[in-house]
Amino acid sequence: MDKIIKGKSYVFGKNIDTDQICPGQYLELTDHKAIASHCLEGARSEFAKEFVKGGIVIALENFGCGSSREHAAISLKTIGVGAIIAKSFGRIFYRNAINMGIPLIVADNVEAIMGDGHLMEINLENSTIKNTNTGQIISCEVISEYAMNILEHGGIINLIKSM
Amino acid sequence: MHALEKILASHAGVDTLQTGEILNCDIDIAGANDLYLQSVYSFYEMGGEQVTNPDNIVFFMDHYAPASSKKQALNQKEFREFAAKQGIEKLMDIDEGVCHQVLVDRGLSKPGTIIVITDSHTTMHGAFGAFSTGVGATDHAIIMKTGKLWFRVPKIVKIELNGKLAKGVYAKDIILDVIGKLGADYAVYKAVEFSGSLIAELSMSERLAICNMTTEMGAKASYIQPDKVTLDYLLNLGVTDFTVYETDEGYEYEEVVTFDVSDIQPTIAVPFSVDNVDELEAYIGTPINQVFLGTCTGGRIEDLEVAAKILAGKKVKKGTRMLVIPASKKVLQEAITKGYMSTLVEAGATFVTPGCAACLGTHQGIITDGEACVSSASRNFPGRMGATQAKIYLASPAVVAASAIEGKLADPRKYMEV
Repeated sequence: MDKIIKGKSYVFGKNIDTDQICPGQYLELTDHKAIASHCLEGARSEFAKEFVKGGIVIALENFGCGSSREHAAISLKTIGVGAIIAKSFGRIFYRNAINMGIPLIVADNVEAIMGDGHLMEINLENSTIKNTNTGQIISCEVISEYAMNILEHGGIINLIKSM
Repeated sequence: MHALEKILASHAGVDTLQTGEILNCDIDIAGANDLYLQSVYSFYEMGGEQVTNPDNIVFFMDHYAPASSKKQALNQKEFREFAAKQGIEKLMDIDEGVCHQVLVDRGLSKPGTIIVITDSHTTMHGAFGAFSTGVGATDHAIIMKTGKLWFRVPKIVKIELNGKLAKGVYAKDIILDVIGKLGADYAVYKAVEFSGSLIAELSMSERLAICNMTTEMGAKASYIQPDKVTLDYLLNLGVTDFTVYETDEGYEYEEVVTFDVSDIQPTIAVPFSVDNVDELEAYIGTPINQVFLGTCTGGRIEDLEVAAKILAGKKVKKGTRMLVIPASKKVLQEAITKGYMSTLVEAGATFVTPGCAACLGTHQGIITDGEACVSSASRNFPGRMGATQAKIYLASPAVVAASAIEGKLADPRKYMEV
């Protein structure tokens, strides 16, 4: 996995729950592309259409709170999100997203770099995030060894297959 | 060590542990519901052939009970076929009810166990002194393949509930008050224990409602130390094979927060987050199109009893719909034998199949833009029950019943005997 992740930012607020990431009416879907076509529809209705692959979602507290639906992580993974930065994550979403191989970055001071459509650069070597439009740099939490091992295998399914 | 830590340690085969440490634990009950066919797909994708410990795996056909689209029917069919092929006998079909209440009714929710279900409200089983938590489909697949799952040992906070509840105030009001004061992200990555002088006075139903909603403050798990109420409840079900763990004296909690419940009034969470909490009084008179009584949070027999007593001899206001969703088959059967079903139907309520129903906006009671619903369930997120501009108010079953009579948010106390 690349230690430098670059992408255009998509900014959200606090408590973006998994109902907003994948509304209940789509939970019967099992095809990942079909699930992804509704990604974040409850928070930003045109998100899936506007999203450019590799983009970075930035949010405040408790991103992915609420329901355990793996569809939320599947939709973000399948749409091609490069990473998600937030002040904190709902814990089931955290597990699901890491299991899918999505880098989740916890950063206390995320407001300092927020800017919709700005180019972000996450450096996992020195745990910093730079908003290249404004030049602002903040530090972020180090991803745990356990989670990093899953990410480096491209998700927990690959990790288990490799055992 | 905390009792929750002792449960984790005993299931990981270790004597000691540290907060933050990752443990690979044996799982006693690993449930998946019918939204999570991905679990079966992930199982095969990771090279699974034969499920380890099929006796510990439970499938619940509860979120789409019964199927209302071809795709839902297909997903349930694939679950049934997988269960038959793998020798998974605990397939709770569409007649059973919501996963959490089904485990309670069958005596499968018990102290000292680790319960994992693909549902965020799995925190509920902490009311029985279990370590219980929600996971996703792929985590469930890992348990099917290996029998185990990893957990980070959480920090634990203690919430002390002291005092006496005022008339017309219930467990739902308490937990809404707690979440409103502490916030929807207060307990992210943490476990929450409830203690204090009130606990001994709470029934299992009330304890379950409180522990159920700890997920709405971000909690990984909840805990109430099993006591006489717990043990009597289990004995009534004929359940005696469990271990009760106790927290060591001197265990240092991450934080201790104390609430005097005597001050709590009927409480409401208003759109669009569960921590957007206020006293009901400020919203009395708000027009309501649908009232929703049910689910794993507020659909137990005690909840239907409260509603039936308020609605006895009265009518649901014309223009307002009342949905009743018993949490399980057992709750439905009791509602029939105790006469609550008859009372509620006579008043104008519509009964829905035991299950999750419209709580999560999948079917059976969807609301549209411009409508408002008062619900005894657990969530009021945008779009949770259908349209994103529909409003959901969360309150106790008593408030739900009183609001049905008036067609607007109403104080239940005026409909209760002194």
